[in-house]
Amino acid sequence: MRGILGHGAYIPRWRLERASIGTALGSGAAKGTRAVASYDEDTTTMGAEAARLALRNAPGSTPATLWFSTTAPAYLDKTNATTIHAALRLERDVLAADAGGAARSATAALRTSLDGTAPALVVAADIRGGLAGGPDESAGGDGAAAVLVGDENDGTLVATYLGSASASEEFLDRWRAPDDSWSKLWEERFGEGRYLELGEHAWKHALKAAGLAAADVTDLIVAGLHGRAVRALARRLAVPPTRVVDTLDASVGCTGAAHPLLLLSSALECAAPGAVIGLVALADGADVFFFRASGSGTPVPPARTVDAQQSGGRVVPYGKYLAWRGRLQAEPPRRPDPARVSAPAAGRAIEWKFGFVGSRSPGSDEVRLPPAVPGADPRGSPEPAPMADALGTVATYTVDRLAYSPSPPIVFAVVDFDGGGRLPIELTDVGPDEVTIGTRVEMTFRRLSSADGIVNYFWKARPVTAGVPGGDE
Amino acid sequence: MGSHGIRDKVAIVGMGCTRFTEHWDKGADLLAVEAANDAFRSAGVDKTEVDAYWLGTALSGASGMALSKPLELSGKPVVRVENMCATGAESLRQAAYAVACGAYDVAAAVGVEKAKDSGYQGLNAFPIPNDGSARTLTAAAMFSMAVPAYAHKYGVDPAEMKRVLAEIASKNHANGARNVRAQFRREVPVEEILSMPTVAGELTVMDCAGVADGAAAAIVVRAEDAHRYTDHPIYIKALSSVAGDGKGLSDPGYDYTTFREAADCAREAYAQAGIRDPRHELAMAQVHDCFTITELILCEDLGFAERGMAWKDVLAGAFRLDGVLPVNTDGGLKSFGHPVGASGLRMIFECWLQLRGEAEERQLDTSRGLALTHNLGGYPGEMVSCITVLGDQRS
Repeated sequence: MRGILGHGAYIPRWRLERASIGTALGSGAAKGTRAVASYDEDTTTMGAEAARLALRNAPGSTPATLWFSTTAPAYLDKTNATTIHAALRLERDVLAADAGGAARSATAALRTSLDGTAPALVVAADIRGGLAGGPDESAGGDGAAAVLVGDENDGTLVATYLGSASASEEFLDRWRAPDDSWSKLWEERFGEGRYLELGEHAWKHALKAAGLAAADVTDLIVAGLHGRAVRALARRLAVPPTRVVDTLDASVGCTGAAHPLLLLSSALECAAPGAVIGLVALADGADVFFFRASGSGTPVPPARTVDAQQSGGRVVPYGKYLAWRGRLQAEPPRRPDPARVSAPAAGRAIEWKFGFVGSRSPGSDEVRLPPAVPGADPRGSPEPAPMADALGTVATYTVDRLAYSPSPPIVFAVVDFDGGGRLPIELTDVGPDEVTIGTRVEMTFRRLSSADGIVNYFWKARPVTAGVPGGDE
Repeated sequence: MGSHGIRDKVAIVGMGCTRFTEHWDKGADLLAVEAANDAFRSAGVDKTEVDAYWLGTALSGASGMALSKPLELSGKPVVRVENMCATGAESLRQAAYAVACGAYDVAAAVGVEKAKDSGYQGLNAFPIPNDGSARTLTAAAMFSMAVPAYAHKYGVDPAEMKRVLAEIASKNHANGARNVRAQFRREVPVEEILSMPTVAGELTVMDCAGVADGAAAAIVVRAEDAHRYTDHPIYIKALSSVAGDGKGLSDPGYDYTTFREAADCAREAYAQAGIRDPRHELAMAQVHDCFTITELILCEDLGFAERGMAWKDVLAGAFRLDGVLPVNTDGGLKSFGHPVGASGLRMIFECWLQLRGEAEERQLDTSRGLALTHNLGGYPGEMVSCITVLGDQRS
């Protein structure tokens, strides 16, 4: 039996109020908010965060393959999945590859993984934007999700896979030239018509493959960048409206490649035992999947649920949002730009830089961050001390209004970790007035800067978010 | 194994120091030549009579040729020294040891920094290729973490703490106002300092040292030869240097109210110089006031005040020109700015002037006969420290 071993979603902390777009541009005001990746996040870091949650949700299971899908990759030519592979500290013989470019890539990777035999981690993340005041900017959202697929032999199945079907067709609904930074859309009535036909086609075949009737479906997810088609199709599939899963348009927005997996994770969190979940993803055709939630007790949700994440959030002003996306150039501090990372130095430090692994001194509880250099301690060799999942407490802190940052000021703290170890480190997702001595923090994978096109990935600390055991929040 | 020092074996017989300021019209080469020529004149030697040179510069040149080319030295050993903000003092340490061991009769230490050519605020090190995980915080922010730590540990009210730091800044500016070589020569009242906005933690721009260009130089010979060059040689009593293991950054026991390297460095210096009670044996001290909080903590680490008491001493005026132990009598980094390679030698130059009675309106009663300079480079938890103790008598 094949199915889902674990899942997790990551929604960044920041929210753009759609009304603020209209206020800034002197145009009409839309309702609700959309999720916004911080200046120090990209699709790779958000994907890594979602993947960490998914693996934590599936203790004992490890993937043989890691797929990463996004329409907004940090790198081209170079694989982004290897960065996530490093942040997760997966074994070297795990295949880590990007299945990227189009929004459909994520459900394609999911389908491929479900039809395969080895455990596979499907990670998807997107940063969605568009021209100022346009529908993509307003309706889009930033976020990530990850699903670990495998057999019952690979771990405990949260949900079993019942069947799927796809429909593919070449038509121009939305498109983007490789060097353009936003998409263009055809008149939406045309796309709606194609999606309704293709969605119904795939739905019918998937029901047949799974041996289900529409009435059996207890949770219907329809996801896609064509909002009008998504809403119309959900009404057409003979599933009562009360069984249709919220698309999070009002709070998060549509997270592109990540959205089908994000909504799947959301549905799995609260699915009753035996619930039948239908997932319909509309992108250049339709991909339909059916799952049955584990019958033995309620599945354990990830430490940070979609519900907890989507309801939290802190407002970012529209101007700052534009600056974060590089579409409004803000005056930087008069300090030198960061130097590019040395590839060999980063390669030597892969466990520290990407995995946040320090060292434990031989014969003692002393934790060293960064790890000690072997050969200096006469007691023996230092042991690895993985610290990415450790929580910590702010011992002291400061706010640096002078240092280079893509979004000054830098909030910085000396963090003492539970179980040993101290590191002076940058904080994120926090205002200068939100930190104090004693603030509890957790580690998060971020991009510190980029230079010469090289992204400098490392870890930061942030105040613990709701639902983290030991967070005391 | 053992550390023995070279107390009274080496003497400074000549010194020079440029004005420290924004020398838009002078490069590191010209500043170094000016300081060296002043020192040659002071000692009554010419450049060919100096047998070996040490050039202290952290960022403004590479190799001894950064000095040998502009000064047109040929066939001489000239070596560049770099030890962060202790670079200038370290160049003298190297020159003094070379003379003490008998390798050379006359040696020179020249420190220079051209800090204002970068186009950026503050001091900016040339980055060594790295893995990108090191923090990029400013020095101001790193040192600012000591402010709440000190206040909390010793129960100092935050407003009072700000006043203590402002008193330090005001004192150093008052001293600098009396020094023709200082970058900033205006007295700044405490109330004006208290009104400044913060730039890093609780530190304002008035808590930070300035940035300036400058150079200073010293000529050293064996102590027994000193009177051939000057009637008032200054003797080296101690040279102490410590490089930290950096564990303060990763040690949860470190509380940001002390700089271990400076305290270790002071112990060694006092042992070499035979000093037991620095507060009452020293006539003056020039300490590394890169930030006001740094000076406060150093006054405890260097034994000028009891632990937790320096803030009271500051408020009582203990470290003013007329205090029990005048600190940063020339105006300090606060008034001079901090051309890294020159600062240590600039401090030694002030001691040279004071101990020889040449400090004019800043002149102290130096009957105690001993002076100390201290530099540190790095940050709380990971730093180098260098101390020089000088005296006007050979005991």
